[in-house]
Amino acid sequence: MWLSMGAFFMFFLLLARLWYLQVIATADLQNQSENNRLRFVPVAAPRGAILDRNGKVLVSNTPSFSVAVIPKDVKDKVQLVGNLSRYLGVDEQEILDKWRKSEGRAKYYPLVVASNITRDQLEFLEENRLALSGVNIEMKPVRAYANGLLASHLLGYIGEISEDELTNENFKEYNPGDYIGKSGIERAWERSLHGVDGGRQIEVDARGRFLRTVEETNSAVGNSIVLTLDLDVQKAAEEALGESAGAAVAMDVRTGEILAFASTPGYDPTLFAGRMPKDKWKEYLEDKRRPLENKALKGLYPPGSTFKIVTAIAGLEEGLIDEHSAVSCPGYYKFGNATFRCWDKRGHGHVELRKALRESCDVYFYKLAERLGVDRIAKYAKLLGLGAPVGVGLEKEKSGVIPTQEWKLKRYGKKWFQGETLSVGIGQGYVLTTPLQLMSMMSAVAADGVRYQPHLVKRIVDSEGKALQEFAPKVVGQSGIKPQNLRLVKEGLWAVVNEAHGTGAMARLAEVQVAGKTGSAQVVKQKTRGGSLAYEFRDHALFVAFAPYQNPEIAVSVVVEHGEHGGSAAAPVAGKILRAYFESKGVIKKPVPKRSTVPEGEQPGEGDQPALEKPGSVDAKAPAINVPKEALPGRSVPVVKADQ
Amino acid sequence: MFDRRLFTNFDWTLLVLVLVICGAGVVNIYSASHSYREIGTPFFVKQIYWISAGFGLCLTMCSLDYHMLEDFAYWLYGGVLGLLLLVLVAGKTSMGATRWIHLGFFSIQPSEPMKIVIIMTFARFFSRQQVFKGLGLKDLALPLAILGVPALLIMKQPDLGTAMLVSLIGGTMLLYVGVRWSALGSLVAAAVPLFWVGWHYYLHDYQKDRVYNFLNPDLDPQGSGYHIIQSKIAVGSGATFGKGYLHGTQSQLRFLPEQHTDFAFSVFAEEWGFVGCLVMLLLYLFLVLWGLGIAKRCNDRFGSLMAVGVSAMLFWHIVINMGMVIGLFPVVGVPLPFFSYGGTSMVTSMVGVGILLNISMRRFMF
Repeated sequence: MWLSMGAFFMFFLLLARLWYLQVIATADLQNQSENNRLRFVPVAAPRGAILDRNGKVLVSNTPSFSVAVIPKDVKDKVQLVGNLSRYLGVDEQEILDKWRKSEGRAKYYPLVVASNITRDQLEFLEENRLALSGVNIEMKPVRAYANGLLASHLLGYIGEISEDELTNENFKEYNPGDYIGKSGIERAWERSLHGVDGGRQIEVDARGRFLRTVEETNSAVGNSIVLTLDLDVQKAAEEALGESAGAAVAMDVRTGEILAFASTPGYDPTLFAGRMPKDKWKEYLEDKRRPLENKALKGLYPPGSTFKIVTAIAGLEEGLIDEHSAVSCPGYYKFGNATFRCWDKRGHGHVELRKALRESCDVYFYKLAERLGVDRIAKYAKLLGLGAPVGVGLEKEKSGVIPTQEWKLKRYGKKWFQGETLSVGIGQGYVLTTPLQLMSMMSAVAADGVRYQPHLVKRIVDSEGKALQEFAPKVVGQSGIKPQNLRLVKEGLWAVVNEAHGTGAMARLAEVQVAGKTGSAQVVKQKTRGGSLAYEFRDHALFVAFAPYQNPEIAVSVVVEHGEHGGSAAAPVAGKILRAYFESKGVIKKPVPKRSTVPEGEQPGEGDQPALEKPGSVDAKAPAINVPKEALPGRSVPVVKADQ
Repeated sequence: MFDRRLFTNFDWTLLVLVLVICGAGVVNIYSASHSYREIGTPFFVKQIYWISAGFGLCLTMCSLDYHMLEDFAYWLYGGVLGLLLLVLVAGKTSMGATRWIHLGFFSIQPSEPMKIVIIMTFARFFSRQQVFKGLGLKDLALPLAILGVPALLIMKQPDLGTAMLVSLIGGTMLLYVGVRWSALGSLVAAAVPLFWVGWHYYLHDYQKDRVYNFLNPDLDPQGSGYHIIQSKIAVGSGATFGKGYLHGTQSQLRFLPEQHTDFAFSVFAEEWGFVGCLVMLLLYLFLVLWGLGIAKRCNDRFGSLMAVGVSAMLFWHIVINMGMVIGLFPVVGVPLPFFSYGGTSMVTSMVGVGILLNISMRRFMF
């Protein structure tokens, strides 16, 4: 009967279709079925903390709420964006831009539209949940900075991973929306700090609503980083730099542990993790003091007279001078038909090495540099660690420039002029160094030519406080400079701070003997100088120092941009840093909080310091009298000042 | 009054077959509605009530000699047609309540009994007519009018699925009676412009959407194409042996719409796989063939035509529902007999089976 045939045929058709779906195409459809119901919700691991050497918290985590949209679950995009924009006070275009960028990703992957929302906003969103289908509020830990902007350049900031970083091999297991260290320690130690992200495989119903957790992988908290930094020293450095643009770094010369790493002005790292307000961004960009630049790491400055340490060592080592070699300084030096001026146009008269360093006589070093030649100066500069990154362990450290004849030929295709050697001898001309390098140089001098690897991280600690890795001091270089030569230079540096006419008197501490060297780095050629210069044309002020003189522990270098005089602007900063260091060591007693009954001028802790050996013939305890006039603040610049 | 032969000739095979399918349906509805938070009686329990009620109706149908129906057929046709018209009128006044007539404490949906009534009417109509060389165009005019008027009224409600089923049942019966090739050709030729007109002036937009989306479900995967995609995923992911009872993720997570009613079979297909589907398909095939067998064994033309009509009704329900679930046909609201949740469908199907049983057990009476 043909009706039965027809029935057979139709049933066969159904069967064939079922066969196709359930046997032939099943793999694909099963896959779709899994995608339908299972979603992966990443759970970011809390980042490890960053601590100072004494375990004081610098960066930790605090919970924050962010708003994420799951594009797949959104019914009416336009309406939702409008609502979110209204509730959160975020520009609609901003949300749409983010949305557009996320288009290549899986549709159920949360797209963060606003981070770090306030409690009010949170409550408002919760109240209006019904109008916000597809919106999730996620709690995640964000960075908390215990000391505000302190050490912001060193610590760095975190931010959402960029498209470039996502394609980077190093970050291949990272996901869009992850937070990642963008600079400083956060960047350099990203792998340790990040931890292992966890996640939940959740089952959702047809409308994307959570039903249950299928599988949960716990996130593992990132490891904490214990820095070599001393919070108190760091604070002192930043306070001393104050509002000025500059950098100050301090290091333990016996270990290479960096104790302070300051670059001012700082920035607010929290702004980078969330939404940077446009006006704030503009403010940062327009600030002449360049708050976003890490000046300690990347600031390139002519070292000025601080470089005379190198020239002096080169002269001694090459046997061109000894302690008593003398030069007569009339206030200038004629070389060919050019006149090189000494910073003091009155001249220094009879100048030997000690006086040359103490009073920073330019003529002495012009003559010495002329005899040395640029390549020999460069050799010693490099031995002391200048002109190459010190390898402090942060990204994008600058190497600076220590010029040689060959270098100039390569760089400019021009022959070296001997006159240029004279400028190099006093740290001008092509010479460029970073504050870190100057500190490293000073440390090498203090430690009798032994160079330790400057480093910022003391140890890595897991979430239970167990040390995973310790960073022991590492010697990276023996300069091979004769100890007696270094001793002569050091005596000169002691004199800079402690003797009459010394340019670095403002770094003097009553309790601890400090040795140092001032420097002023020209920003514009002296010819173009007028009476008083605009801020951006003023000289940079530099100061390098170490202490205690007899048994050095700490070396510092300070650059105050446009601070004009190393002695007046940078030396006091170094002094304060050193004071803070010795206070934290207990060598200098911390001042008792002021009471009205304490008579003015009474120095708390005076007389408590250990007896110090007196170098040379000068009384170490002598109060700061006879401060050279050029080191005083507020003094007008001599027109002929080439350097100090 | 009660002939003993009626009992000895009772068609146990058919009854058991239907009850097996009903049982599978209940078990499946339990799974399909497993994830619902239900208030009151669960769906599967309600379905058992409906089966019981349908079964009672079925036995009632058996106890009466079906030849009575021959006398009532036209009256019933007229009555249901009247109700369909009433629906149109009442529908206008009661804000879109177009398929139902509310009669105080209960509502009736006259399009549903029309499926049975059209069977009776055609059976009655052709039982007295001798057809030798098939129906010509002239012979077809009246039957087509009888079929067309209710079909159009139902379509107007709009209830495309039922209208289609009524037409298919009637059409199948006409084919069984015999239609001349020439007449068939002319009808097909006439149908083309009729379809065109219907498409442009008669169908609602959402109905057109269903066709578009059937042709390309990806057009609107979240909207009207959603049913087809989700159902295909459910069926296909069941693979050969299925995910296991109560373990169909698609259905348990309610990705499927109407999963205990029109899409009940995709829940079954997901959980029992190809093997399960094969068994169900064979059961249904057996049911349809059994119905046609009854028609063949029946000695009187009216009974035979009725059996063909009921078989056609079950057959088209099965084919359209399954075809829809597995993406062969557009989504039209057609339930799977004895399997989908729902009282209306159960009652109609049970009445149909009652008619079959009635005819089957009375085949010796002539």
